[in-house]
Amino acid sequence: MKGALWAAGFVGVLLLLNGLFTGTLVPGVAMPPYVLQVLCLAGINVILAVSLNLINGFTGQFSIGHAGFMAIGAYASAYVTVAWGDRFRAATGFLPEFARDGALLLFALAVGALLAAVAGFFVGVPSLRLRGDYLAIVTLGFGEIIRVFILNIDAVGGARGYSGIPKLANFFWIYLFAGITVLVVSRTVNSSFGRTLIAIREDEIAAEAMGVDTTRSKVVSFVLSSAMAGVGGGLFGHYLMYLHTNSFTFIKSIEIIIMIVIGGLGSITGSVLGAVLYIALTEGLREFSQYRMVLFSLLLVIIMIVRPQGILGHHEFRELFGRRRRAPVDPAPLPPAPGS
Amino acid sequence: MTTFLQQLVNGLSLGSIYALIALGYTMVYGVLRLINFAHGDVYMVGAYVGYYLSRRLQGKEPSLPNAILVMLGAMAACAIFGLLIERLAYRPVRRASRLTLLITAIGVSLFIENAAQLVFGPDPKFFPSLAPHAEFMVAGVRLTSEQITVIVVSFMLMILLRFFIQKTRTGKAMRAVSFNLDAAKLMGISTDRIIATTFAVGSALAAAAGVLIGMQIPKIDPLMGILYGLKAFVAAVLGGIGNVPGAVLGGLLIGTSEVMVVGYLSSTYRDAIAFGILILVLILRPQGILGRVTKEKV
Repeated sequence: MKGALWAAGFVGVLLLLNGLFTGTLVPGVAMPPYVLQVLCLAGINVILAVSLNLINGFTGQFSIGHAGFMAIGAYASAYVTVAWGDRFRAATGFLPEFARDGALLLFALAVGALLAAVAGFFVGVPSLRLRGDYLAIVTLGFGEIIRVFILNIDAVGGARGYSGIPKLANFFWIYLFAGITVLVVSRTVNSSFGRTLIAIREDEIAAEAMGVDTTRSKVVSFVLSSAMAGVGGGLFGHYLMYLHTNSFTFIKSIEIIIMIVIGGLGSITGSVLGAVLYIALTEGLREFSQYRMVLFSLLLVIIMIVRPQGILGHHEFRELFGRRRRAPVDPAPLPPAPGS
Repeated sequence: MTTFLQQLVNGLSLGSIYALIALGYTMVYGVLRLINFAHGDVYMVGAYVGYYLSRRLQGKEPSLPNAILVMLGAMAACAIFGLLIERLAYRPVRRASRLTLLITAIGVSLFIENAAQLVFGPDPKFFPSLAPHAEFMVAGVRLTSEQITVIVVSFMLMILLRFFIQKTRTGKAMRAVSFNLDAAKLMGISTDRIIATTFAVGSALAAAAGVLIGMQIPKIDPLMGILYGLKAFVAAVLGGIGNVPGAVLGGLLIGTSEVMVVGYLSSTYRDAIAFGILILVLILRPQGILGRVTKEKV
């Protein structure tokens, strides 16, 4: 009941903000389009960062091909709306106009997420069976392969880019899914399954000795993470109305990693913070764009040397300011040593 | 048959380049259990050092002493560069978790790539020819002097490396460190020095590969290290990561199969074949062709 109220409140606030920002609620009051676009891209980055944190931060595996899964989600869902959109609208003719758009977007995102999850399964199974850094290399290679593959599919524009995607996503949908991603990841991490993931991160051998099916847990977490990246990609395409494989290069994957490393590997609020900070920094440093990546890569190395856990480490934002749940107990005074 | 032989020769010369780079990956992995992502970029820096050195020597006729001078200069410069990377970036995080090391390596790699675009300029540069060009026909197969140089020089370097690792005291210490770092330290081996030496030797080999590729495909750019580095890493995994002869075998196999795919199928799959091989290796034989299965101890 409380959860339903929270959800209704969240959706209500988002709808209100959406109306306010786009100028449909109060005539004459609107967010400058540039700021609104930055905000929306920040929301998509939150989805990507939080979902990547599930695998990199909480499970302790290292994927550097998140952009590949994002690309699958983006192209698959864009294809759904472009190729099947009219038929879908006809079939849902009984709904009012805005609900038809919403249903179409949800359907497209579901297809994108599903395909990204399937790809995640096929990439994850061979590489997650092994310990070590193989996942890093396989995901990196996979990200490049998927990009080359999409570049050669003429039905989605190939090298020309994929244009003509209807603008179905807006501030409301992006932040709705950002909220859902945060919810899914925090619920997962705090479930008993999430405990097995954290156990794998802390010590894989010990986790296995405790009876955790490590491969299965790693694959499930990887597939979940890929699916959410697919949703992020789908929103990206339906917001910008144009897709090109250049948006999904290795650099994009690295950007997402920088976000979660800045914020803290293994902290959900940390990744949200990291995503927002990253966007703020990139937009703020737009004049110095040629030095931007030099600066970010240096930042990455320095953070690793000075504070490898990131700004928030494994902690959540709440823990820093909120009331402590349990007062620390003073250790009992040691009993006097016998014979003294 | 002639086509096949021709492709084989082309594949071997490309494969020797991969093998030289793969040696650096496998040696560093052996002593530190680290995928040194920056290694491909050291190779790129080697090519650029070679480019600037040969520009200096321009005006003189392309001659053998000049070529050797350029090669040795690039190798020395990159050995120092490798030492710097190890000292400044990897040594401070050596005791941290593997994830930290990996992220540091990616950070270093990105830094070199982006700094190189600022320093060298983002546009490709054309490598001046170092040695006179000649072509030979052997049994219907066209051999260029560059191809022969690449194959001969890489094999000389590999034999030299083999001698260094198997016969010298430092090589012996290197093998001990890669076998068990803590035990080697207890035996009085200065592990810091050995790890630094490993980086220097690996980087020098990468620089040699950079100069050789400059002679063969005379176009170099600041991002050339990414793809070559990745494929060389796949070669190291294919041969058995941490295994020196494995890296050579893996490099030759990757190079040959890449050229064969381009020759017989289509050039669009050029970059996909290495990763296809990687996934197959991980499924069928994760320890690599020459690698031994090691049980992980707690």
